[in-house]
Amino acid sequence: MLARRIIPCLDVKDGRTVKGVNFEGLTDVGDPVALGARYADEGADELVYLDISASREGRGTFTRLVGRVADAVNIPFTVGGGIATADDAAALLDAGADKVTVNSAAVSSPALISEIARRYGSQFVVVAIDARRCDDGEIRVTTHGGSRLTSRLLFDWAREAQERGAGEILFTSMDHDGTRSGYPCDLYARLASSLSIPVIASGGAGGPADIAEVLTAGRADAALAASIFHYGEITVAELKNYLHSRNIPVRL
Amino acid sequence: MIAIVDYSAGNIRSVTNALSRLGAEWRLTSDPSLLRSADRVILPGVGHAGKALESLRSAGLDGVIADLRRPVLGICVGMQVMCRSTEEGDASGLGIFDAHIRRFQPSSPADKVPHMGWNTIHNLEKGIFKDIPSGSHVYFVHSYFAHLCPDTIATTRFGESGEMFSAALKYENFYGTQFHPEKSGSVGERILSNFLNL
Repeated sequence: MLARRIIPCLDVKDGRTVKGVNFEGLTDVGDPVALGARYADEGADELVYLDISASREGRGTFTRLVGRVADAVNIPFTVGGGIATADDAAALLDAGADKVTVNSAAVSSPALISEIARRYGSQFVVVAIDARRCDDGEIRVTTHGGSRLTSRLLFDWAREAQERGAGEILFTSMDHDGTRSGYPCDLYARLASSLSIPVIASGGAGGPADIAEVLTAGRADAALAASIFHYGEITVAELKNYLHSRNIPVRL
Repeated sequence: MIAIVDYSAGNIRSVTNALSRLGAEWRLTSDPSLLRSADRVILPGVGHAGKALESLRSAGLDGVIADLRRPVLGICVGMQVMCRSTEEGDASGLGIFDAHIRRFQPSSPADKVPHMGWNTIHNLEKGIFKDIPSGSHVYFVHSYFAHLCPDTIATTRFGESGEMFSAALKYENFYGTQFHPEKSGSVGERILSNFLNL
């Protein structure tokens, strides 16, 4: 049986890790390659690197960084942040990325998903969806880090992304992201059962019990997390041992 | 020297990186004489098996590979093209392994295609699996698979209660892994290193 995956996420700006505080034995927590290799050694199943650089120079730095990650890390990794065209995705593939994640650009031009999937296969395209519940009760997709509300509905957009060739959906509830109050597990379970591709849960974990819940009741195939790892609250190995003790299949 | 077969079969950088991390000398080539003289040959493959076979045949490499005498390792689609035939593109393969490649037919909505992620391998034969414990996790990404056959040297299972299939195959000096050892952490590195040290 496939193991549920634990995926640390690293935000990178101008080639440096943005979060990341205390790591015993790691001299430079700002180095995304060293931090990623550390997570891989601790048992991370995949890594996600998100480029949050605002400048063109920063983006060039990021592509070179992807090459260094590919040299150093022996597990799959996904990269994203600002991918607007299939050629952007191609440059990251050439640099050694296993998958790319697309978000805002796919919402404004959904053909981007089809184009990347046609060229490089569905396994290469992760569609990230940020959504929040509106006053009328509908859950709508947002873009640009949650700052812009669109008219698209979460379930419709997720299904369209799947039909266009997305290999996975990375869903963040903007109502829960950063609150540390746990994931909306009913919503995740409905989303997972409406799709035939894996769902990755992101945003909202306050601790290991929340992650266990979204991987069971929430039926997510994987959980992505940043803060709980970066701030050293729990290591990837400790989390996976905990999930194992709860009879959740993980790679130890 | 390790020769990696160059036949436009998708991204091979993860394979070359893994070999470099092991300190191995490798060369990407489609030159038949280099392939014949290499200590080890790796046939990578990402994407469509039918198209990969077309590329191999149009480069005249199909016969060269099938006649190699040194250890050869096919990875993922590289393993599939070494089989008898494949449903993907309805093509005949190199005929090294006695298996027909079919597409997964999920019996439950919980069983997702592609079969992607970390799964456990069992019934391991020594050789490339020397010192690898049964139940170790390795990384898979594929929609087509080889059934169990006399050449099977590792098994895994699709879905919660699904079908057992071949995670790896071997016939004489030819090896194939459906999973990606180059992406399978320290277990994968050990398997690659075992292949290099056969």
